Parts: sequence; structure tokens; C-alpha cells
Amino acid sequence: MATQQADAGDGTRSEPRRVVLAGALTIDRAAGLERLLAEEPEGALEIDLAAVTRLDTVGAWLVHRALRDRPGSRVTGASADARRLLAEVAEADQPCSIRPDTRPAWLRELEKAGAAVIAAASTMGAGLGFVGTVLLVTVRTAVSKRGIRWHAVSRQMEETGIDALGIVGLMSFLIGIVIAQQGAVQLEQFGAQIYTINLIGRATFRELGILLTAIMVAGRSASAFAAQIGTMKLNEEVDAMRTIGLDPVEVLVVPRVVALTVIMPLIGFYASILAIIGGGLLCWTVLDIPPASYVQRIREVVPMSDFWIGMAKAPFFGAVIAMTGCFQGMQVVGTAESVGQRTTMAVVQSIFLVIVLDAFFAVFFTAIGFV
Amino acid sequence: MAEAPSPAATPGAAPVISVRGLVNRFGSQLVHDGLDLDVMEGEILGVVGGSGSGKSVLMRSIIGLQTPVAGHITVFGEEMTDPSRDLLAVSRRWGVLFQAGALFSGLTVAENVQVPLREHLALSETLMDEIAAYKIAMVGLPGEAGAKYPAQLSGGMRKRAALARALAMDPALLFLDEPTAGLDPPGAAAFDELIATLRDTMRLTIFLITHDLDTLMRICDRVAVIAEKRVLATGTVAELTRLDHPWIRDYFLGPRGRAAAGARLAHAGARGS
Ligand SMILES: Nc1ncnc2c1ncn2[C@@H]1O[C@H](COP(=O)(O)OP(=O)(O)OP(=O)(O)O)[C@@H](O)[C@H]1O
Ligand SMILES: [Mg+2]
Repeated sequence: MATQQADAGDGTRSEPRRVVLAGALTIDRAAGLERLLAEEPEGALEIDLAAVTRLDTVGAWLVHRALRDRPGSRVTGASADARRLLAEVAEADQPCSIRPDTRPAWLRELEKAGAAVIAAASTMGAGLGFVGTVLLVTVRTAVSKRGIRWHAVSRQMEETGIDALGIVGLMSFLIGIVIAQQGAVQLEQFGAQIYTINLIGRATFRELGILLTAIMVAGRSASAFAAQIGTMKLNEEVDAMRTIGLDPVEVLVVPRVVALTVIMPLIGFYASILAIIGGGLLCWTVLDIPPASYVQRIREVVPMSDFWIGMAKAPFFGAVIAMTGCFQGMQVVGTAESVGQRTTMAVVQSIFLVIVLDAFFAVFFTAIGFV
Repeated sequence: MAEAPSPAATPGAAPVISVRGLVNRFGSQLVHDGLDLDVMEGEILGVVGGSGSGKSVLMRSIIGLQTPVAGHITVFGEEMTDPSRDLLAVSRRWGVLFQAGALFSGLTVAENVQVPLREHLALSETLMDEIAAYKIAMVGLPGEAGAKYPAQLSGGMRKRAALARALAMDPALLFLDEPTAGLDPPGAAAFDELIATLRDTMRLTIFLITHDLDTLMRICDRVAVIAEKRVLATGTVAELTRLDHPWIRDYFLGPRGRAAAGARLAHAGARGS
């Protein structure tokens, strides 16, 4: 595409070297053209464009760069269009910052670590503030004339509860089988196989039924809440709500929190029952305990307090999951990437908080005498 | 019903885009019904039509993002409705500016401009940075904007940044969906000039959706009017204003159309004297 000619004979230093460019000077040939111009020795050039058939802005830019960096250079034989394009890129040759941050890497890493600490602290503060706001707004809404948006609440209950019945039920059923199976194997060594039923009954109602349901709901719904609200924030829908006089906490957060708080005990109970059924199935088939005596025994060994403890924990789990999801959604700023990060955080934090809360309840209920 | 005037482009030029019998449907809503359109090489074709008349959908069909129910679309001779088409090769030769910008939110403006360059070419890092810098200046963005993320830009700046990305590969064909919407009037005028310069110097073909009557009158070689689910008429603005169709008359001879045309005449008069 381009040929170069040595100086036209006389070799005087003041005379610019002649470079003849030919063919298409376009972006596809930019790499070659850049190399060719860079290989020219120091000094002014006379760039002949007479044989150029096509020129685009990248080609024009490379010619312009040579002219700019080599004082005294000139172009010859340029068509009117080529001159116009050269003028266009020359005009666009302005300082521009390309990288967001040009400081050394270690300094940036240090700053990142510092920023993360500050962010963690302020998120904790903001999170507490958010919980307070949600509680206040919930109470205010409940006593206001308009009242809670029950329509939204029931839709959220359907999405977070009814739609989860399949997966939560299957999981609990299988967990029931696993507990029964493992319990039977271990207790058999003491000839106490019959206590497998105690194990199933007490573990599921008091702890596992509710806890595993909460973890499943956290994975399903905390992420959904964060992504829904986060996307709405990105699209400025949340801002639009404020300008219309709607309180985003009231419209978006309260229905979700109320819905999960109400639905959690219900799916928790359902999950416990399915775990009992799973365990019963294993007892029947492997240990030859007929269903009637299985149920009879469950009723004897599981105290009512186990059931109430499980049911008492569930609404708190639901509220924590919903608030974490909504809080993370509200924290979204700027980019789609942020929605992803916040969604991940919503799931991780809500599962973590559920387990912390469960540990707290375990100690609490034992301390007040429910063993 | 108005007659479609014959294309006023350079005689003998081959159509870069040719659409025949296009039918698009969303559920029960028929958006296009037997739409025909040709875009000639080296022309700026303005596409106008009411909101929701299917301009953006037409553009999406042409660039292969929307599979039409029926019809044929060729771009650079490549059949776009054929599932085995070579989309990558065609996409190297076009640049697309979406109505909402569609910048990659996780990348800075300069990185956005460099995405197609990195994908398709092996250029030196310096040259890539320089290309990003001059494209950013060309579309009228200040130098600091290069290192900013899209979320940190104003609406109009985002439009310009998106145009810089569309222009990154120096494409032979440019799709612009309302490029001047949301720009300040001097900015919009500079935009028009930039587009006209690119067309003149590089023989760019431009498919330009716009509601901006000034843009239509200043730089478009031909205008296609989309209404009643098809291209109702094509021709220069002068030819279209002579047609006797209520919608077209309203569009070009309504108060805004007359104002734009008047300004255009005054401008030409001032230049002539
Ligand atoms: N993904 C989609 N699903 C359903 N309907 C759609 C979809 N995209 C577009 N439509 C419908 O197709 C019609 C044409 O839409 P289109 O976006 O092409 O309008 P337009 O001519 O570009 O309008 P505007 O000037 O407002 O941008 C509209 O009625 C719209 O509701
Ligand atoms: Mg549109």
C-alpha cells in the first residue's frame, strides 16, 4: 500500500524525506502504516498522498500525527476530501484523559482498602438506619388512612412463598430422608433405632425446617428484591416515584417486608411437615415402622414448645431477609455491575444474618428454659 | 395515497441496504406490513414517522437484532434474514448508535470507544488511545469525559459518547437512532455538520432516524416517511412537501416544519448575498 523513496538524490539535511503513500489508507491497514511512519528516520517528511485511493479518519490521523510530531513536514498531492479530513482530525487533536486513574498501583490498592473499610462502616450505619426507617414507615403506613398496600403484599407473598413451595418442599422432604437415614445408622449401634423418630421430629420443627427454608428463601427472594429494586434505581424509577410524591420505602420495601414476615412461618411449617413425611417414609420402608405408629410417636416426643419456637423465629428470619434484599437494592448506584454486586451481597448477608439470628435464638430459648 | 418518488441518489449507485416486503409483529400488533426500502451508497437517508410507527424496530430488523415475520433484508449484499449469515464480517463495516445510547456501563467512555477496535484489530496501545481521544473530541466531548463512566455523564454527553463508539471503526455504514435528540441546538448543528463531513469525505452511507426537522433539511439527501406500517413515500424534503398526504403535510408544513424551512431559506439567503 505504501512505498517509500529515498531522498531525491541531493541528500541535503534541510530537504524533507519523501514518503509516497498509495492505495487505501484505512483502519484495516492502520497498524502497518503506523509502523512504516515510525520507522522513518528523525526529521521532516514530505508525505505524498496523490496515489491514495481511500482515506478514513484513522489514516488521516496517522498522517496528521506525522506532520505534528515532525516539524517542517508537509503533505503533497492531497485531494480536497483528504485535506478536509486532515483538517477535521487536526481540529479534534485535543488533550483527552483516557484512564480514570493514573496513580501507581500500590497507592490505588491502598486507597481501595481504605475505601472498603469506610464503606463497610458506613454501610452498617446505613443498614441500621434502614431498619429503623422501614419499621417507622410500616407503622406509619399501617395506621394511615391509605393503609398497607395489601395488593402488593399478596403479590409478593405469591412470588416469594407460593412459587417457592415446590423447591422448598422437595428440599425438606429429602432432608427428612437424610436425617432419618443417618440417625437410623448411628442409633442402630445402640439398639435405639426407635429414637430416630425423636431425632426427626425435634430437629425439623425446632431448627432445620425453619432454618433451611430461610436459607432457600434468602437465595430466592433476597436476590430478587435486590435486583428488582436495584434495576429500578438504575432506571431512575425510584427517583421518579419520589417526584410523584410516593415514598419508595412505603411502595417497594414495606410490602416485601410484610409479605416475607407473614409467609415465612407458613412455608416454614409446610417445610417441617414435608421433612416429617420424608423421614416417615424412610422409617416405614427401612425400619418397618408403620405410618400410624410413626405419627403416634411424633406426637408423643415432640413438645408443643418446639413447634412454637420454630414458628416464633420464622417471622424474624423473613423480615431480616426482606430488609437485607431491599437495602442492598436501594444501595445500587450507577452501573449494571453494581446491581450484580448488590444482588450477591444481598444473598450472602441475608444467609449470614439468618444463621447469626438462629444462634442467638438457640441460646435465648435455652436460657429462658425451653429445652 | 401518495406515490413514492423515485430515489434521488447518484444514478447507478447500488443499494447498500435493501428491504423487501418486511413484516414485523409483536403479539397481535402488526408494526410493519410489507415495507420496502432502499438505501443507496454514499447517501444520508432520513427516516421519519410518528412515535411508535416502527422506526427503531425497522433499524433493529436491518441490523439483525429482530427477526422479522416475513420479508428479505440485504446489507452489503448479505441476506440478514438468513440464519447462516456472516454477522461478524458485516458488523465490522457498520456502526450503530442506539436510541438510548447503550454504552457499556462498566467501561469508561474511552474504553467504550476502544471496544470495537480491540475486538477487530491489532493496533498499538498508543494508537488506540489516540484514536479514542480524537473521536471523543470529534463528537464534541471535552477531554475529561474520556476517563468518565457513562453514569457520570449527562444525557446529551452520553449520546455523543455513543456516537464516538459508533464511529470507532470508521464504518462504511452508520445507523443513527435519533442522534440529535437531547442535544443543545448548537451541539445538534455541529453534529449535523460532522455527519455531513464524514459522508462527503469518506462516502459514508447513513441511515438516520430523526424527529429533528433541521437535521432533515440540512443534511439528508432523501427522507423516507414511515406511516401506515410501511414506507409511505421517499424523496427530498421539497418533493415530500409537494405530496398531498395529510400526515406528511402536517409533518413538514406544520408550525415547526415551516419554522425550520424558513430558517433554512434565511440561511441560504444570507449566504447568497
Ligand atoms: N420488544 C417489543 N415488544 C413489543 N412491542 C414492541 C417492542 N418493541 C417495539 N414494540 C412496539 O412496536 C412499535 C414500534 O416501536 P418503535 O420503537 O419502532 O417506535 P419508533 O418509531 O422508534 O418510535 P419513537 O420515535 O418514539 O422512538 C411500538 O408500538 C412499540 O410498542
Ligand atoms: Mg425509536
